[in-house]
Amino acid sequence: MTRWIFTALVLVALMLLAMVRLFKGPTAADRVVALDAINTLVVAAMIVLAVVFRQFIFVDVAIIYALLAFVGTLYIAKYLGGEL
Amino acid sequence: MLSFIVTALFSGAVYLLLTAGSGPVLRLWSSQELLVAVVVAVAVGFVARQYFASARRRAASNPLRWLQAVAYVVGPFFAEMAKANLDVAYRVITGRIRPGIVRVKTGMQTDMGTLLMANSITLTPGTLTVNVDEESNDLFIHMINVPAGTEARETIEVRELFALFDCPRWVRRIAE
Amino acid sequence: MILDILIWVALAVGLAFNALGVVGILRFPDVYTRLHADTKCTTFGSIFTSLAIVLYAAGEYRQAPEGQYLTLALHTVLAVVVLAFTNATSAHAIARAAHKRGHKPAQAVCDRLEESAP
Repeated sequence: MTRWIFTALVLVALMLLAMVRLFKGPTAADRVVALDAINTLVVAAMIVLAVVFRQFIFVDVAIIYALLAFVGTLYIAKYLGGEL
Repeated sequence: MLSFIVTALFSGAVYLLLTAGSGPVLRLWSSQELLVAVVVAVAVGFVARQYFASARRRAASNPLRWLQAVAYVVGPFFAEMAKANLDVAYRVITGRIRPGIVRVKTGMQTDMGTLLMANSITLTPGTLTVNVDEESNDLFIHMINVPAGTEARETIEVRELFALFDCPRWVRRIAE
Repeated sequence: MILDILIWVALAVGLAFNALGVVGILRFPDVYTRLHADTKCTTFGSIFTSLAIVLYAAGEYRQAPEGQYLTLALHTVLAVVVLAFTNATSAHAIARAAHKRGHKPAQAVCDRLEESAP
């Protein structure tokens, strides 16, 4: 059980590191890249947390989160490209 | 009619995959879930038939090709992906990069083939698809490490990007 | 026992690649190279942490064959498939938007897209 909690904590620490780029990033595109990385890490962390809390329904939440984050990223990219 | 059957079968399979482990039928599904699967399959098949498997893209709904796609993803694709990751890890640590955008000739005829090729290229060998030329299906690719001499050439062949397997041939077999 | 070691190895590989991806985002000079680190390393890392979950579910299922562990494994595999496909596509979208916005690739030796633009 400890190994899953450890994994989740490391993933959260990585998210905080990626947030440095999210706040610092000189251009908007850099911020989107950081956001995309954080989304991927959130999905990974959700799957791990499903085992930590023994609530396996969290994995379904992770699937939906991945799909919705994808739509969000696509829209931000469209906006940045000036097509919206 | 054929597109309806293909779409219904596919959506039913996905529904059964999502609800596996719910009851005693075949030790996997409960009878209610099987009933709902049939209803969902018919409804989705009716609504989405011309988007999922239209007559123009009949070849893409061949189940044999899906099996090939699975084989491609767990075999050659995963090996190339592991190699690409080791390469990017090396460049993250040493910071030794030589980036550039090159034009790559894919030779794909269909949109589906171009999509699969672009996604394969993005996840595999130190390359990232930036744009697609709509007419010739050529891809513009950002390489993190342009090999010496390549920057002078007008286009490069897609085969040169993959070191271990002939991924373009797999993609052509799956999607065209 | 062997399964435990395998789970540890998968977790270690996954976390290492995730960490490399994040460090790459912080270290690289421009959008495109950062996208390289982001898509490749975090996708690969997440595949391995999810592989650890699948191995764990397989081990638990062998001890007590309950449907919930099967559900856990199948849904994790599905989440990974979704993640790999959407990550590649959104990387493509971001790169295209950045180039349309006029970001030049830093330290680039060539830029064929710039030359071919009308």
